[in-house]
Amino acid sequence: MNKRELFQYVRSASPVTLEGARECPDCVEVRVDAKDLLSFMRFLKTNDVLAFDLISDVTAVDHYTSRKPRFDVVYHIFSLKNSQRIRVKVAVDEGESVVSVTSVWRGAEWLEREVYDMFGIWFDDHPDMRRILMPEDYKYFPLRKDFPLEGIED
Amino acid sequence: MGIESHLGIVTTCLDKVVNWARKNSPWPMTFGLACCALEMMVTVSARHDIARFGAEVYRGSPRQADLLIVPGTLTKKMLPMILRLYEQMPEPKWVIAYGACACTGGVFRTYNVVQGIDQYIPVDVYMAGCPPKPESLLTAIMKLREKIDRESLRDRG
Repeated sequence: MNKRELFQYVRSASPVTLEGARECPDCVEVRVDAKDLLSFMRFLKTNDVLAFDLISDVTAVDHYTSRKPRFDVVYHIFSLKNSQRIRVKVAVDEGESVVSVTSVWRGAEWLEREVYDMFGIWFDDHPDMRRILMPEDYKYFPLRKDFPLEGIED
Repeated sequence: MGIESHLGIVTTCLDKVVNWARKNSPWPMTFGLACCALEMMVTVSARHDIARFGAEVYRGSPRQADLLIVPGTLTKKMLPMILRLYEQMPEPKWVIAYGACACTGGVFRTYNVVQGIDQYIPVDVYMAGCPPKPESLLTAIMKLREKIDRESLRDRG
């Protein structure tokens, strides 16, 4: 399965409505609504044709004041069977939470903790939602655009 | 207490003996943080021969160590551990801030890096470099030996 076939298959077989889908130079990118995230992810994992079985990365983008909702949570998922990647984006505003995909891929646990640590995006149903890189008593979310690089002295 | 002031000659002679022993066996603690630690390891090799100064005995326990070499970038998350290790070392103890990061935070002027270990524990010798060569660590130890030579039992137990 090449990238074009993957793109067309995902668009036709998706159980949820995709807010956007495009073929990027590196991989297929889709955007889903936050409420559809878990069912779409489960579809990617359990579908025998797609078999997206490896979560490579979970990260986020902070659009700060230029867009509302403020954040995009970005998932990069790899299929060992097809050697194809897919990028899933879900928009979330400040103070809102996203459902955790640890029930689909256990490997997302630390990746989601890192997103929480750096951006302050809470993941519902996560087994261990704590900071992972910064000290546990740290008060800020350092990769947000309004956080100064040199930090805030207490 | 005052008794030392009446024993000037005795303590001066004693200082020389004790300092001679201390400066010839500053046992460092096995401890590494970043790339500077690799230079520190090379210093122990036969080519650089840190054993000339009696400092080749890297101790695995802070309770047996005299010298804390802080080699590398110290993150704020690591800070509580290094403070605990420092406090576990028995007196007398010395600290070498090894490399630009341990001295000042180096290039990492960011929220997660301690901007110099001297904000938290007293440092005896600062060694600049990124990372400093093994010869620099030997220089630092030689500077430390000079410093130990000038110390007195009256100042430090």
